Amino acid sequence: MTTPFKGRDVISILDFTRDELEVLFDAADKMDKFMHRGYVPKLLTDQVVSLAFFEPSTRTRLSFELAAKRLGAVTIGFAAEESTSVAKGESFADTIRMLDAYSDIIIVRHRYEGAALFASEIAESPVINAGDGRQHHPTQAMVDLYTVLRLFGTIDGLTYGVLGDLRYSRAASSFILGLTRFKPSKVYLIAPPLLKPRPEVKMVLDRMGTPYEEVDSLRDVIHELDVLYVVRIQKERFPDPEEYERVKGSYKVTLKLVEERGKDSLKILHPLPKVDEVDPALDNSKYAAYYEEARLAIPLRMALLALISGVEV
Amino acid sequence: MGGEGEGLLVRRIRDGTVIDHIPAGRALLVLRILGITGAEGYRIAVVMNVESRKLGRKDIVKVEGRMLERGEVDKIALIAPEATINIIKDYRVVEKVKVRLPDEIKGILRCPNPTCITRKEREPITPVFRKVSEKPLILQCKYCGTLVREEEIPGLIT
Repeated sequence: MTTPFKGRDVISILDFTRDELEVLFDAADKMDKFMHRGYVPKLLTDQVVSLAFFEPSTRTRLSFELAAKRLGAVTIGFAAEESTSVAKGESFADTIRMLDAYSDIIIVRHRYEGAALFASEIAESPVINAGDGRQHHPTQAMVDLYTVLRLFGTIDGLTYGVLGDLRYSRAASSFILGLTRFKPSKVYLIAPPLLKPRPEVKMVLDRMGTPYEEVDSLRDVIHELDVLYVVRIQKERFPDPEEYERVKGSYKVTLKLVEERGKDSLKILHPLPKVDEVDPALDNSKYAAYYEEARLAIPLRMALLALISGVEV
Repeated sequence: MGGEGEGLLVRRIRDGTVIDHIPAGRALLVLRILGITGAEGYRIAVVMNVESRKLGRKDIVKVEGRMLERGEVDKIALIAPEATINIIKDYRVVEKVKVRLPDEIKGILRCPNPTCITRKEREPITPVFRKVSEKPLILQCKYCGTLVREEEIPGLIT
């Protein structure tokens, strides 16, 4: 059976309907079971997956690479612009054309917003956006939503808090946009004044009728939350270093705050890397779900690669 | 066609296009959007800041010898949403239409976001904006998602 994913580009989480995301999550469940059993069918044998990371990455690149290899694909690519001919002045477009000729799927990360969409217009092979500047990180949003589903058995009806740099974090924006595909009870956007979400993100929330409220302080709303999604301050995206200095360290989730005011069942998600915004004392607590979230990235990305390749999962 | 004051300044044209009801001070931007530099050789009259019942003050552009196509003039709705296009033949208005902004605008505008892929040097890419709202006019960059409001548009014309 062919799936609606075959050959598709993955540029924004908004490219996918709720039904399609549910197909993906079902496939991720299957992949997770394969991994638990210790046997993963080589669904992508003879496929070549390009990992074109023009910007640094740890988890996204490694999890895509592992996902591709566990399914039997060959991976090629690079982990920094400096190691490519872009450093010699080659255009992004030419690099993508070359990768298109070499591979069946192109996974691209770039610091310019819109780079993945542009790549998808150039390449015949499907392009998966692994992060374009501050804009989109659709596969992270898929991982995050899937994690919520695994933890709670549902994405609907929960109260979410998204805390941190909502202005520059593509993971936060993509998670918020992803929630508009479901029926959250409420979404609190919790950010210091300089790091409020961008107007285009709020425009989607308004259009989709997703209930949300912008607040300044986690303390005021933490008792209502089922899921707290935290992102670090995206230092590398600040045009002005002085502006970064003004907001540095402006929010932090502590074990004390969570224990005193949070629900017993509260789960904390974080796309990682985390810096100082989450108290390390939370890492081993029942609230921390971010390591499980990082683990679930493997079956989720395996499922996505398989579906995009058009193989039956 | 035309305001009361303009007859005093510029005579009627025989064949060509008159763009009327341009907000005061934007006639030169209209010419820039249309890609008319003056080097094409057409006789062009630019009338600025004349009285208008509708707009208070307005600009008018007359291009003699060239009938502008709907597709090319609609783009000027970016900065002159009330503009009317009059096609003139033998001194008479044979067609009169209001401009209507297309849903997608290719080229013309530069994205204000310095890290938009359309701003990257040496890439074969043309900026594209989509209309997300007509009143007030709001456009969105197809590539980086940045929203552009009406008042920002004149400063973004390339």
